[in-house]
Amino acid sequence: MSTLARARDWVGRHAVLLFALLVLVYMFLPIFVVVLMSFNQPASRLGYNFDGFTLDNWTNICGPYQMCSSVWISIRIGLAATLVATVLGSLMAFAMVRHRFRGRAATNLLIFLPMASPEIVMGSSLLALFVNAGFAGRLGFWTIFVAHVMFCLSFVVVTVKARLAGMDPRLEQAAMDLYANEWQTFWRVTLPLVFPGILSAALLSFSLSFDDFIITNLNAGQTVTFPMFVWGAAERGVPMQVNVIGTMMFVIAMVLVLGGEIRSRRRARALVG
Amino acid sequence: MSAAGAPVAEAAVVLPPESEGRNRGWTGYLLLAPGGLWLIAFFLVPTITLLISSLYDPSGSLIDGYTLTGRIANYTEGISEYADTFGRSLAYALAATAACVVLGYPLAYAIAFKAGRWKNLMLVAVIAPFFTSFLVRTLAWKLLLGDHGVIVDVLQAVQVLGPDGRLLATPFAVITGLTYNFLPFMVLPLYASLEKMDLRLIEAGSDLYASPLTAFRKITLPLSMPGLVAGTLLTFIPASGDYINAELLGNPRTRMIGNEIQDLFSAGALPEAASLSVTLMALIVVMVLFYVRRAGTEELL
Amino acid sequence: MADRDLVLERLTKRFAGFVAVDDLSLTVPQGSFFALLGPSGCGKTTTLRMVAGLEPPTSGEIRLGETDISRLKPYQRPVNTVFQSYALFPHLSIFENVAFGLRRRGKKNVKADVLEMLELVELGQYADRKPAQLSGGQQQRVALARALINKPEVLLLDEPLGALDLKLRRGMQIELKRIQTEVGITFVHVTHDQEEAMTMADTIAVMNAGVIEQLGSPADLYEHPATTFAANFLGQSNLVAGTVGTATGNTLELDVHGARVTAADVSSAVRSGDAWVGVRPEKVSLVSPGTSPAGTNALAGGAVTDVSFVGVSIQYLVRMPWGQELTVFTQNDGVHPAFDIAAPVDLCWRPEHTFVLDANQDVTAGVELEEEG
Repeated sequence: MSTLARARDWVGRHAVLLFALLVLVYMFLPIFVVVLMSFNQPASRLGYNFDGFTLDNWTNICGPYQMCSSVWISIRIGLAATLVATVLGSLMAFAMVRHRFRGRAATNLLIFLPMASPEIVMGSSLLALFVNAGFAGRLGFWTIFVAHVMFCLSFVVVTVKARLAGMDPRLEQAAMDLYANEWQTFWRVTLPLVFPGILSAALLSFSLSFDDFIITNLNAGQTVTFPMFVWGAAERGVPMQVNVIGTMMFVIAMVLVLGGEIRSRRRARALVG
Repeated sequence: MSAAGAPVAEAAVVLPPESEGRNRGWTGYLLLAPGGLWLIAFFLVPTITLLISSLYDPSGSLIDGYTLTGRIANYTEGISEYADTFGRSLAYALAATAACVVLGYPLAYAIAFKAGRWKNLMLVAVIAPFFTSFLVRTLAWKLLLGDHGVIVDVLQAVQVLGPDGRLLATPFAVITGLTYNFLPFMVLPLYASLEKMDLRLIEAGSDLYASPLTAFRKITLPLSMPGLVAGTLLTFIPASGDYINAELLGNPRTRMIGNEIQDLFSAGALPEAASLSVTLMALIVVMVLFYVRRAGTEELL
Repeated sequence: MADRDLVLERLTKRFAGFVAVDDLSLTVPQGSFFALLGPSGCGKTTTLRMVAGLEPPTSGEIRLGETDISRLKPYQRPVNTVFQSYALFPHLSIFENVAFGLRRRGKKNVKADVLEMLELVELGQYADRKPAQLSGGQQQRVALARALINKPEVLLLDEPLGALDLKLRRGMQIELKRIQTEVGITFVHVTHDQEEAMTMADTIAVMNAGVIEQLGSPADLYEHPATTFAANFLGQSNLVAGTVGTATGNTLELDVHGARVTAADVSSAVRSGDAWVGVRPEKVSLVSPGTSPAGTNALAGGAVTDVSFVGVSIQYLVRMPWGQELTVFTQNDGVHPAFDIAAPVDLCWRPEHTFVLDANQDVTAGVELEEEG
């Protein structure tokens, strides 16, 4: 077979994979831009072109007015919402997998709906609630917090539920057979085994909260979170430090995920070896 | 003597799977209560207040309060004034969903069946863009699609775009942004569905004289339906309510209903904004129900 | 009754729609190796779980000697279980798995006990590994060690050898029997493998559809089955329709399709009317027509329809004049004559190997249930 024919044959067999890789490249294109722009020295405030290389953005991260405070607020809301959503969501997941109760279909629907509703509708509803409850003038940190817990709950439940459902219930029976009472069984067997699910639910929750804009914007009042800052800056001219934050977020998350991936691969190799 | 098969069958026969390991009593309700109440208070109840707010008389204000007059005209006025915006939003969302299917299905398929050792890495790559802020990413597209950016230059060079052609501030840009931002929501459910598929079914198909294309059409595609339906729902629904892409990448003529609702809220026009929100939700629900029934996967909901 | 026999009294377990265990009563003598034998779905695992405390009985009582443990939680009972899937804690090392029960009961210095127990099951050097790093057979031994170390009064084994390959299973059967004899603990072993039960157990209870069909020693059950189920489930049986003629002293005379067959009273479940006349294939000899020795039961007019050479034996299928195919196993000892297909033969066997069963029972009960499960 000639080289050309062989090449065509190879492409044909790997067509799907090649296409998939192209799509992945497409997905990373903006990331590449973000990282690149974090080193950008823009010629003007409104232009969004790469003009010159500089490290100034990194050394002077908090240069832009209000940016770092918005990041800090987003982090605080994120941590608070993650804590509450993870705890409440995990409790719900346990109930759904391990306990009997009436109204299972209704509960499933209640959990599913927030994941499938448009943010503008959810945000509008909450705003309507706050206004009608007389909180129109007191929108801010806590109303954002309430909103974030609300939409993170569903994701936590689904994540923890998946992990818990995959856990063999006989392990808990074995523990009780071996003289562990209910609390000891939970603490020494169930929790360690479900923990990875709870952890990934927490991470998911934090990133959903940190990144949320539409719902937050409607219910924030005067408070400014990081996404709101970026939105506002888009009109006035986006400071390049925004890209620095974006790059940092990406790098931290990649380190966490790849780190976890490497850890589990190393553990798997140890088992086989 | 089938040693392993029989015990497994016994477990399934003797103990109904539902009740095994499930505790009775009130603990279930106690565990559900905090989260459940939160969702009821901050998801269900707000939906009701939204409905109520949509029936307020517009002559009130945030400061003075509103009177509930049951004013259906809020809806009729809203629909007549924003009819094309609604249409445009749904059209863009559909286009983005379709693009997500075209891009996402091969990707999900490749990860599920062709990735081998790189499966996990590819999955990470699908989720990775999420790690940057939604807005920052969309701004990056603004750069990429910009008038003097690489993409436009290339397209002008190969004459796909005219010399005055632009990508930014066009419907194309908005749809591209929507597609990009919701692609993982399409890929992941599809992947989950495809991954569960038994490859031996394809083997059986080709043993029974099916060509690769036929095998895909008649075996793989139907079996991946649950994932496909979930993916399209998780893409279409949020996309129809989005306004970030329209605002950053579009122009005043590409405004989506999300933009209008947000602006009305900012202006303090509670009843008008609320009625538009409810209308959007109703449209989505109708389309989804129709779609799901057609696709035959009601149990997904 | 010994001091701490395990007593199940009228134990019943009802699930929505069906009864898994039906009014079951039995006594497991202290220190014995007891097997609960039956096909899938017969209720044996449910019974075991009730003894362990993992399943609350609908009604009935479970006692250890005079102590009622029916309402106690699993962690309150001096009973431990070796699970079918081993249920080893994946996040703990082998050492910690085995030490689990001791630690929960408050013991501080577990090292010596754990290492000693690991030596007993020959896994001493695996103490620091995780369950996923061990083979199936090794995991099974860890599960055993984890249970035994607590010196329970009763050790429950739920089909522990089911997932092992044949050779390993045979080895473990001998191991388990040896360990049980050494430690003297009451073992209750649940299995669907009749060879396993007969090899290991002192007493076997044959279960079917929630009730015990027969209880006795392996030899007793095998040579004198009391029901068609027992006859078919343990080994194979030829069951032929017959009618009881006369019953004199301790022998019965039956008419089997015209032939006169005798049976001992002790092997008979019924003493009048219609009955199933049974004999095990290995007890039957094939002879040329008309040459049955005196004093044997004989059925004449058969024709060989199938011959299978299995190595240790030759298995024949013989069609009788009334249409039924009977099975005969002949030992491959070089002495017995071999027969070809279509050869006319008579079947004969010694009267004491006959057993007589109730004609109302299903003649196919217990047959080939392994495949269905």
